[in-house]
Amino acid sequence: MSKAVCLDVRGVTKLFGGLRANDDVSFTVEEGEIVSIIGPNGAGKSTLFNCITGFYKPNAGSVRFFGRDITRMRADTVCRIGIARTFQVVQVIGEMTVLENVLTGALMNYVRVGSARQKAEEVLSFTGLLEKKDRSGSELTIADKKRLEVSMALATRPRLLMLDESMAGLTVVELRRMIDLIKSVRGSGVTLVVVEHVMEAVMEISDKVIVLNSGRKIMEGSPREVVCNPEVIQAYLGDRYRAVGR
Amino acid sequence: MPEQLLQQIVNGLLIGFMYSLIAIGLTLIWGVMNIVNFAHGDFLMVGMFASFWLYTLYGIDPLFSIPFCAILLFVMGVIIYRFVVSKVMGGPVLAQLVVTFGVSIFIANLAVYLWTPDFRFIDKTILSGTWRLGTVQLSIPKTVASVGSIITSAVVFLFLKKTRTGKAILATEMDREAALLMGINTERINSLSFGIGAALVGIAGAFLSTYYYIYPQVGGLFGTIAFSIVALGGFGSISGAFIAGILVGLVQTLGGFFFDPAYKYAIVFMIYLITVWIRPQGLLGW
Amino acid sequence: MRGFTPRQIVSGGVVLAVLIVLPLIITSTFFRHVMILVFMFGTMGVAWNIMGGYAGMFSFGQVAFFGIGAYTSSFLLITYGVNPWIGLIAGGLVSACVAAALGYPCSNLRGHYFAIASIAFGEIVRTHFNNWKLVGAAEGLSLPMLKGGMKVFMFHSSKLPYYYIILGFLLIALLVCRLLAGSKMGYYFRAIKESHEVAQVLGINVARYRLIAIMVSAFLTAMAGTFYAQYILYIDPDSVMILPVSVQVVLISMLGGAGMVIGPVIGALILIPISEATRVWLGYKGTGIDMLVYGFLITLISVYQPKGVWGLFVNTGKRAQ
Repeated sequence: MSKAVCLDVRGVTKLFGGLRANDDVSFTVEEGEIVSIIGPNGAGKSTLFNCITGFYKPNAGSVRFFGRDITRMRADTVCRIGIARTFQVVQVIGEMTVLENVLTGALMNYVRVGSARQKAEEVLSFTGLLEKKDRSGSELTIADKKRLEVSMALATRPRLLMLDESMAGLTVVELRRMIDLIKSVRGSGVTLVVVEHVMEAVMEISDKVIVLNSGRKIMEGSPREVVCNPEVIQAYLGDRYRAVGR
Repeated sequence: MPEQLLQQIVNGLLIGFMYSLIAIGLTLIWGVMNIVNFAHGDFLMVGMFASFWLYTLYGIDPLFSIPFCAILLFVMGVIIYRFVVSKVMGGPVLAQLVVTFGVSIFIANLAVYLWTPDFRFIDKTILSGTWRLGTVQLSIPKTVASVGSIITSAVVFLFLKKTRTGKAILATEMDREAALLMGINTERINSLSFGIGAALVGIAGAFLSTYYYIYPQVGGLFGTIAFSIVALGGFGSISGAFIAGILVGLVQTLGGFFFDPAYKYAIVFMIYLITVWIRPQGLLGW
Repeated sequence: MRGFTPRQIVSGGVVLAVLIVLPLIITSTFFRHVMILVFMFGTMGVAWNIMGGYAGMFSFGQVAFFGIGAYTSSFLLITYGVNPWIGLIAGGLVSACVAAALGYPCSNLRGHYFAIASIAFGEIVRTHFNNWKLVGAAEGLSLPMLKGGMKVFMFHSSKLPYYYIILGFLLIALLVCRLLAGSKMGYYFRAIKESHEVAQVLGINVARYRLIAIMVSAFLTAMAGTFYAQYILYIDPDSVMILPVSVQVVLISMLGGAGMVIGPVIGALILIPISEATRVWLGYKGTGIDMLVYGFLITLISVYQPKGVWGLFVNTGKRAQ
């Protein structure tokens, strides 16, 4: 059974003045895969995210989602057609409770507040935040906020979930929980594209790893192939998160 | 008529340089601590009155009361920051917006109470009268004020760029957290910036008092125009405020010239709205 | 009605009953006048709250909508004899359209930037009306003295009908706000207030919902404007369209609790009587003491109770739906 191509990124280039934040980046993601994007700071990972999800318009190239051209689509439309994302600096709605946060996401597909609330509770149960549902968004720990952000994204019933550094700043225990969550999400049929620095996580969850450096894609392959590649190692020289080949 | 046009351009520049000085103080406060100082125009008014009373009671020409006005407003700014503004600094945006309104209303009406709403005017200053440069009339007080404004702006610019404290202020403006990490006492920078911002507009007030009517409500109009200038030039950008001030002065006189004088301020606000729609960060903002 | 607890219904009913009976017991004209102002500002505060407290667009230019409402209905009445009740709706619609025209280009502005744009907008409108011969320019419009009655929205012998009408408007505004707050739109507004990015990744068309908030707010504010015109029977730009009135509207909402449906009403109940009292007792001879006290109070409130009176009672995260 051949899998559909979920995301098809071709030649995406994004310029900021003279800076080539993304330079002719191309890759594909098959449905049901978990693809990680790694690279040193400033490599253009978040920029790429923004180009794909409609926050930036690429200067060149195209992005296709299940065959549909979404290159020039507005950010909220991108969400409505099935791509959800989180942010590098976690953003939740501080003035609302955890439940209300997720409810707002669910409202995209469940027009009535009552049914949206039900869906929200389902999602919170899935992500393990249900018992904190009445806490204020601003009161949560970073780990819980990230979990909440993922819950909000899941409430929009995406086919593709894009996570931007969801493991950053987590303890060992929290990391394990997040990795398990990501695996459950994939298990429920959602494709994942993940930007990550934490190499242990990347090694464990990824079907495919894409490496960016200075705006360009320098390599694509399985986790093992990537960490042994000399060019990749050189790009990361001095970075604390060099993985030891497993 | 090209002569009239030239005159309007000159007038616009003269007004513009004054606006620049007023706006620079406002953009400094804004850039450093993200507070819109709605009382800025009222600080101007206090500067004007200080100059007026020194002239009326002690016969001191406004040009010589500049240092006094600067110091007075500096102290006033620091006090207002310490006791009022700093308290809302971590709080809801709404409180930050409203608190300087409160200060503004308080100061303006304190002036009404102390000095009545009457209009005052300074008649004879050392440098008064008009120059004629070809067909163009240059009001001497306005020209002196403009030159003073340019000099003051240059001094501020150099202060910010060259001195240690000035660089600390700029650093805090650009990235508050990074500044904190560098060991910069951002609370002190806030106080200092508020004080300097007030002092600048105090100086502007002294200059303005040489040719403009002095009355308690005068702050309202100048304040609102100052916001537009700051937004136009880019919040936090000193050079932006300077250039935008000149532009606004020109827009005001030329707009009044080509359209209707009664609408001159409305035109300024329109230009502001249009700029913010097209380029939200202003001309030179980041 | 969905979402009202029995306790809310009972306490709301009691308060309403009191408000209905109050002017019959206290017949002082001054008292009725103050309460009318309370309800009028309360209406404007609730309207402001929809776009400000909920959707995060802090407008300091509400007087523009207030004035447009007042002028539209008054102009139609004076020039074409249009019934003020129809003028009321017309004023609301015109206001909403102007709001849309302003709101669309401003849909990216937030926080301070939006606030200043709204001030600029208010001043532009005021300047325009001050010079527009068609509507009397600076001299304003005087409404004709029609034979009093409900049909013409004008009463000469007593303030009582005005009291009940504006109370009715306030209830309408509260109802609209309540419905919005508990609906999908309410959640979307609050998401937009937090962050445009978060709203977008939840599939929210930020520009569209901001527009809706502004238009609803403008319509309700315009209704208050028409009421004012029918009440005072004279309007001019420098009394109806000035910045201090806009600030008053913001203050009421902030004092009572922005983001709470009932907040602005509480704020109005506190602030308007104080403002009127200081004006009457201290405002003689134009000494400015009343405004001085007012300014001082505003500063005090912002510093010590920015979350408003409501903030004293309710924890964050729990909202009266």
